[in-house]
Amino acid sequence: MMDKVLFGDNQFFAVSHMSDEKSRAQAIRFKDDVSIIKVLDQAIETGISTFMCTTHDRIANICDHIRAYPAKYGNFKIYPCMPYAHKYANAITELGIMGTIKQYVPGNIFGTFAKGGLAFLSKDFLKLMEILIDAEMKMFKGINTPVIFIQNVLVDLLLGLKMMDVLVEYDSYIRKKYNAEPGYITMNMPMLLDALESAGIENPIICSSINKTGFRMSGGIALYEKYLTERHFRPIAMQVLASGAIRPKDAIQYLSNFPKIESVLFGASSKSHIQETKELIEEYVR
Amino acid sequence: MLKGGIIGLGKMGLSHAAIFAAHPQVNLVTACDTSSMILDAFKKYTNIKPYTDFKKMIDESELDFIVIATPTKLHHPMVKYALERKLHVFCEKPFSLTSAHGNELVKMAKEAGVVNQVGYHNHFIGTFRELKRLLSAQVLGDLVHFTGEAYGPVVVKGKADSWRSKPEEGGGCLFDYASHVLNLVQEVIAKPVNLQGAIMKSIYSNGVDDAVYALMSLSNNLSGVLSVNWSDETYRKMSTSITVQGKKGKIFCDATEIRIYLKEANEKEGLSKDWTVKYITDFAMPVNFYLRGEEYSAQVDYFIDNIINDKKPDINSFEEASYTDKVIEMIFKEAKRF
Repeated sequence: MMDKVLFGDNQFFAVSHMSDEKSRAQAIRFKDDVSIIKVLDQAIETGISTFMCTTHDRIANICDHIRAYPAKYGNFKIYPCMPYAHKYANAITELGIMGTIKQYVPGNIFGTFAKGGLAFLSKDFLKLMEILIDAEMKMFKGINTPVIFIQNVLVDLLLGLKMMDVLVEYDSYIRKKYNAEPGYITMNMPMLLDALESAGIENPIICSSINKTGFRMSGGIALYEKYLTERHFRPIAMQVLASGAIRPKDAIQYLSNFPKIESVLFGASSKSHIQETKELIEEYVR
Repeated sequence: MLKGGIIGLGKMGLSHAAIFAAHPQVNLVTACDTSSMILDAFKKYTNIKPYTDFKKMIDESELDFIVIATPTKLHHPMVKYALERKLHVFCEKPFSLTSAHGNELVKMAKEAGVVNQVGYHNHFIGTFRELKRLLSAQVLGDLVHFTGEAYGPVVVKGKADSWRSKPEEGGGCLFDYASHVLNLVQEVIAKPVNLQGAIMKSIYSNGVDDAVYALMSLSNNLSGVLSVNWSDETYRKMSTSITVQGKKGKIFCDATEIRIYLKEANEKEGLSKDWTVKYITDFAMPVNFYLRGEEYSAQVDYFIDNIINDKKPDINSFEEASYTDKVIEMIFKEAKRF
């Protein structure tokens, strides 16, 4: 059972889909980990207990803090979302794909395979994927991570290329190694659900944009509404405010049309906004 | 269904491959790269047939179109080979390393009568389209100055050993980053025709520029500044913007928002006195498949639509892209190196 309210991290890492200018202002405000922890604590005070976050380098520091105060964060859960794509994307532009793997696959792994390590590894995609997942998951050691997501950029890349076997392998590895539910973030929910079902993955957790303006709902809002009403899956709604284009009350009220929605992901930087949005979600969702 | 192939499976190539493969009117049948790892992954997990030799791929595959996303120095021979076989061609930016090469391909594409497009995707972002529209409607009156900028965190430390670190292969900030801004200025405001000075700086890279700054004037006599730096880690990802100042006001535009300042209200456009801010959510183009941004799918949709309906593209043709190559050439020639 997932919490109804999931607190996101975009606001901490200068991600605003509406304004690059706003992003930079956020980057300055949250330059210290202390300022992030302060807002997280405010979210916890309103009763939120799940933080859904990218595997950004700075999240490692937040995890250290959480581990340091077990009494305070005893009920706290993190839903990691991997990979932090910009880290890899910028590296690929600079180093190429093999160079990037060399940089991010932990060095000692190559020790194990001795000389031909990378060549060996590059033929064994499953092993390579497992190593990269383990590297990203390292920072969450000792923290409760009941759902582990793949980011939309990777999900949608594999979806477009119809490499569904990779997602099947990811799915089973997350269940086996981490005893967690795999989750999928996507900008193409209907297409993804069809593809996952065809690949034999049933009732998946899918986090996608759901808002009444149809923002980032590829395939169209009508198809999304049909799937939310008729199909068998566990939807999480994100981008419900369409990056600020919809007023919070209207945005959350729209979600009440779809009782299947289990959780709503949102981020905010002030306690009053967090409180307001959480109360709206509690009131209107299911 | 159109049969397509792709050459080059780096970051842009993989992204294009996914978008083309997801297109309902496309069957992406084949892909070519030099990386055995990528090709093995395609072989193992997809129905897309892998090749290491692009000529063999084109000769054997009976394609309708080809997508080229290789390092820039390879564009010319590959595009040429495809045009000789009358394929429609989508080529990544920048188009070619010299305007002589570019002009040759422009001429060939015209003679072959095929759809030709280059991946300057900013023209498929709603805010930049709105900027172009507002400038055409002359909301700023007589123009005074422009600034074209792009910043991002591509090379933020002293090591780089890919083709992007070799100027003779099309590496460097001018080719890679500034080309976007130059192409935007060229198509949204007017063509750059003269340089009044240029600087190329290496910050962390050896051998290529990490930043380029230039003063230039355009065919409409407007003068302005180009300021581009790909070694700026205060940006999370590439951020491209255009600012235009006129006697009636000023517009700032990037991929997420457009901010319009007017000295007097413009009733026809519904713009008030002082600031009006509009966001990409007002202009976003709905697409059937999304990866990394609507603009990447929108440009692919446009390319495929032009092939199916036998239309000539009026956005991002080889000819437009080749002019951008010429401006890059001008900057290379004039720039002082630091």
